Amino acid sequence: MKALTRQVLFAVGLPAVLLGLWWAASDGSTDPFWPPLRTILRTFPSVWTGERLRSDVVPSVLRLAAGYALAGLVGVGLGTLIGSRRGVRAFCEPVLEFLRAVPPPVLVPVIMLFAGIGDTMKIVVIASGCVWPVLLNTVEGVRAVDSVMVETARSYHIGGVGRLRHLVLPAASPQIVAGLRQALSIGIILMVISEMFAANNGIGFTVVQFQRSFAIPDMWTGILLLGLLGFLLSVAFHFAERRVLGWYHGLRASTRRS
Amino acid sequence: MLDIRGLRKTYQGSGRQVEAVRDLTFTVKAGELVCLVGPSGCGKTTLLKCMGGLLDPTSGEVLLDGVPVTGPPPGMAIVFQEYGRSLFPWMRVAENVELPLKEKGLPKAKRRRLVTDALRSVGLPDAADAYPWQLSGGMQQRVAIARALAYEPQVLLMDEPFAAVDAQTRADLEDLVRVLWQERGITVLFVTHDIDEAVYLGERVVVLSASPTVVQDELYIDLPDERDQLHTRVSPRFTELRTHVYEQIQAAKRAARADTSTLSAAADGDGRPAG
Repeated sequence: MKALTRQVLFAVGLPAVLLGLWWAASDGSTDPFWPPLRTILRTFPSVWTGERLRSDVVPSVLRLAAGYALAGLVGVGLGTLIGSRRGVRAFCEPVLEFLRAVPPPVLVPVIMLFAGIGDTMKIVVIASGCVWPVLLNTVEGVRAVDSVMVETARSYHIGGVGRLRHLVLPAASPQIVAGLRQALSIGIILMVISEMFAANNGIGFTVVQFQRSFAIPDMWTGILLLGLLGFLLSVAFHFAERRVLGWYHGLRASTRRS
Repeated sequence: MLDIRGLRKTYQGSGRQVEAVRDLTFTVKAGELVCLVGPSGCGKTTLLKCMGGLLDPTSGEVLLDGVPVTGPPPGMAIVFQEYGRSLFPWMRVAENVELPLKEKGLPKAKRRRLVTDALRSVGLPDAADAYPWQLSGGMQQRVAIARALAYEPQVLLMDEPFAAVDAQTRADLEDLVRVLWQERGITVLFVTHDIDEAVYLGERVVVLSASPTVVQDELYIDLPDERDQLHTRVSPRFTELRTHVYEQIQAAKRAARADTSTLSAAADGDGRPAG
């Protein structure tokens, strides 16, 4: 119990200090672009609850979820294929390195040309940015499956789908999860960027609207909301990871002990 | 049961050919416990992988019940030396043991029975729900043995299975292998570099030469069937047999050294630098 309290205090401590500093520093501010934190916090509930939650926040999050899921499926699928075959890997690697080096936001205007400015465009943009860390990490993870485990599977006739399900994917899962974690932050960035380019709803769109209409405290609440969203997603990710990779953390802890 | 005929394996590595196994011929009869012993680096693992169908021999063949081995044969199970890399760490002990049976398509009730029975046989009836990495090294190797037993093989290949566990655990595991072999009547081929272990365990010991490997000697171990660590190891016959095997291995090493020196002498004679 004491340890838990300590942990909570540690987790909350720095954010509380930073918020306090922000509060104190901005308290007497009359600069319209730097409104006091007090004003921003007072504006927050009225801006982001009710109608706007439904019309802007939910669509943003749904697009993020769709793009992220698409990237996960494609990344793990293709990555497993490429990682399992040396020939395919040698063939694809230069192209992958090139595509990965292209900054995803630059794809927004291109994708807009054929996918329009609707949800499809935004989902494709998010997916096309998120897919790289997942793909490349999956390739590495699949490639590095332990040779003794591979021979064990062969000698016990564990092949095909069983091999994929019980050996290759679990063995690569720590790497795959690392890729998914990177992809999550990229996804949030692309969600906002795709909405800033061309959109009629979404958190990114709303923030830009506020800025253009000089609703500065409202704009700041949008930034706080995005930070909060990112934080919540990473906490959720952390819990999911603890569940999926419980064996991995246990294994690592046990090798450290011995 | 298991026939190894004229087995030869060479590896092609960066421009030069390495001959790991030169010419091996020996037979393991059904129900026998044969130990293969040889100096370290003598191609034991290569040989075992060829027998297990994990590696294709360059020439010669391995026959299991008269059928040439071209891939891992269904009636064979392997226990690897590296237990930590052979058990799947994301699966619990029972799941590890059960997986090959699942892939074999056995019905659930039978799988459960085999798993419970195998874990009881290796002395781990309560470890079913643990993860392998929660167990000690010796226990992990017991799980690997249980997995092999549950698979119900005719032939069990063991590749230096106890090389990585401490001496006391090792003695226990050796006795376990003897007991399981006697109880279940499976054919066991046990590869080791430990002379005492080979003599203590085996009904027969095949001594391998240094690489490129040939059969240096074969001898029948005429110790009583009931063996125990305390008395068997101090019996005069045990000492004689282990001395004999030891001498054979030393002879094999000397021969290998002589071989290399004649090679380099020949190379010098041609006016080319040695090596």
